[in-house]
Amino acid sequence: MMLIPCPHCGPRNENEFTYGGQAQVAYPDDPHALDDAAWARYLFYRDNTKGLFAERWMHATGCGKWFDAVRHTTTYEFHEVRRVGRMLETESTPGKGPHT
Amino acid sequence: MAEQLPEHPEFLWENSEPKSSYDVVIVGGGGHGLATAYYLAAHHGITNVAVLERGWLAGGNMARNTAIIRSNYLWDESAHLYERSLSMWEQLPEELDYDFLFSQRGVLNLAHTLGDVRESVRRVEANRLNGVDAEWLTPEEVKEVCPILNIGEDIRYPVMGATYQPRAGIAKHDHVAWALARRAAELGVDLIQNCEVTGFLKDGERVVGVETSRGRIHAGKVGLCAAGHSSMVAELAGLPLPIQSHPLQALVSELFEPVHPTVVMSNHVHVYVSQAHKGELVMGAGIDQYVGYGQRGAFHIIEEQMAAAVELFPIFARAHVLRTWGGVVDTTFDASPIISKTPIDQLYVNCGWGTGGFKGTPAAGYTFAHTIAHDEPHPLNAPFSLERFETGFLIDEHGAAAVAH
Ligand SMILES: Cc1cc2nc3c(=O)[nH]c(=O)nc-3n(C[C@H](O)[C@H](O)[C@H](O)COP(=O)(O)OP(=O)(O)OC[C@H]3O[C@@H](n4cnc5c(N)ncnc54)[C@H](O)[C@@H]3O)c2cc1C
Ligand SMILES: [Zn+2]
Repeated sequence: MMLIPCPHCGPRNENEFTYGGQAQVAYPDDPHALDDAAWARYLFYRDNTKGLFAERWMHATGCGKWFDAVRHTTTYEFHEVRRVGRMLETESTPGKGPHT
Repeated sequence: MAEQLPEHPEFLWENSEPKSSYDVVIVGGGGHGLATAYYLAAHHGITNVAVLERGWLAGGNMARNTAIIRSNYLWDESAHLYERSLSMWEQLPEELDYDFLFSQRGVLNLAHTLGDVRESVRRVEANRLNGVDAEWLTPEEVKEVCPILNIGEDIRYPVMGATYQPRAGIAKHDHVAWALARRAAELGVDLIQNCEVTGFLKDGERVVGVETSRGRIHAGKVGLCAAGHSSMVAELAGLPLPIQSHPLQALVSELFEPVHPTVVMSNHVHVYVSQAHKGELVMGAGIDQYVGYGQRGAFHIIEEQMAAAVELFPIFARAHVLRTWGGVVDTTFDASPIISKTPIDQLYVNCGWGTGGFKGTPAAGYTFAHTIAHDEPHPLNAPFSLERFETGFLIDEHGAAAVAH
């Protein structure tokens, strides 16, 4: 079980958390301006990075807050966590393709 | 029970050296890659084919799965595809001249809530309309099929009934891979191990070959069968895929006398159990929720699965876990596979089978070979295109399929 460093509560067991997938995927500014392909991209396409991956977690049975984290998807190590509203500093900015 | 295992045939396959060019290159030597190569050669007369595998043949999910085969999926598109697959399993041992212990011992999908019951009865009716053998069983009937199952009302999630598919079952997965590999090799397919695809050769919007750890290989067409690593491979060609890869675990106990006559799956408490021919209890768990390529999952997933198994099968309480392992499964957002042409000419993709692609091995190979040979999908896989994520014609088997294994 991973020990996840909640930025509000400190390290807690993985099974207290809900996973939210890739971080920092913005809702389109003007959804009506998107064609089907672009809308599909927004709805269904996410990075599936092998390596450092910026993702969201929610501390469901703790503070109940969402936060962003950078985790390695092979070693499962957490490199960084950030409260919502602060940008992740690791170069693994999502949306730029794979970071192996 | 071990004496039931078939002897290895004298000849399996030869390890080929890569040639500089092939009509078709298949990336990934798991069950799906091998089946695709076999059908290309056997049905389409395309024998100048290479299967490139970065490790050893069937060292990925093909030899890590719990080997459950069934076709009781809810939606028409899925029922047609998986039912074709099941009827192909019924003839494959003879067709490949290899007894890989396909055992039609039936599958029970348990219902533990009123919601489960309604969904299950609906699925049984839908299955029947599609010619899939399916029945709804009361708890007492469930107990007749599987006497070691606890149908008492004093457990956390009592069994309220089950769907039953008598023609479903299991097969010995590694032998399935060897059977396909052997026949493909006999037909002239080159099986190349320790050969990782590291890039693609392109001529404009057309793929014309691959870069590999063993040199450059030109190809008329390239088909991807990389399962958990599909996004990584497709990305090398500049093709994004709507896939998320997750760890999925399973485990086996030590050997026992035959106690478990069928396959039991429970969506609600997330465990599925069968007894292998040798005698081990084989149990699968749920996926870990996060993206992961570590081929290992979290221990609490196994703990929960064991707790559920022991409650449903009190007789298992004294069994010991012998071995646990994980694979990396490629899930899509509608829990259905993608067997499709791509926006890049001569590049085809078979992926997204997630937690349930072993049963689909014959149909995946059959339809993917057709798609590659004709540059057009077979009617069975036309709905499973990459475009469905744009058109909205999703095939949403989440939950509907009663655990997607
Ligand atoms: C624990 C577990 C239990 C499961 N239980 C069931 C079940 O009961 N029933 C069921 O129907 N399904 C089940 N599945 C799912 C099933 O195993 C998969 O859907 C199926 O095996 C995927 O197809 P494959 O056999 O071709 O995959 P794999 O055997 O994984 O083949 C993909 C191959 O591609 C290779 N590869 C990747 N990248 C490259 C590269 N760059 N170059 C060359 N080669 C590459 C890999 O090394 C691998 O060998 C389970 C899976 C797991 C992990
Ligand atoms: Zn918290």
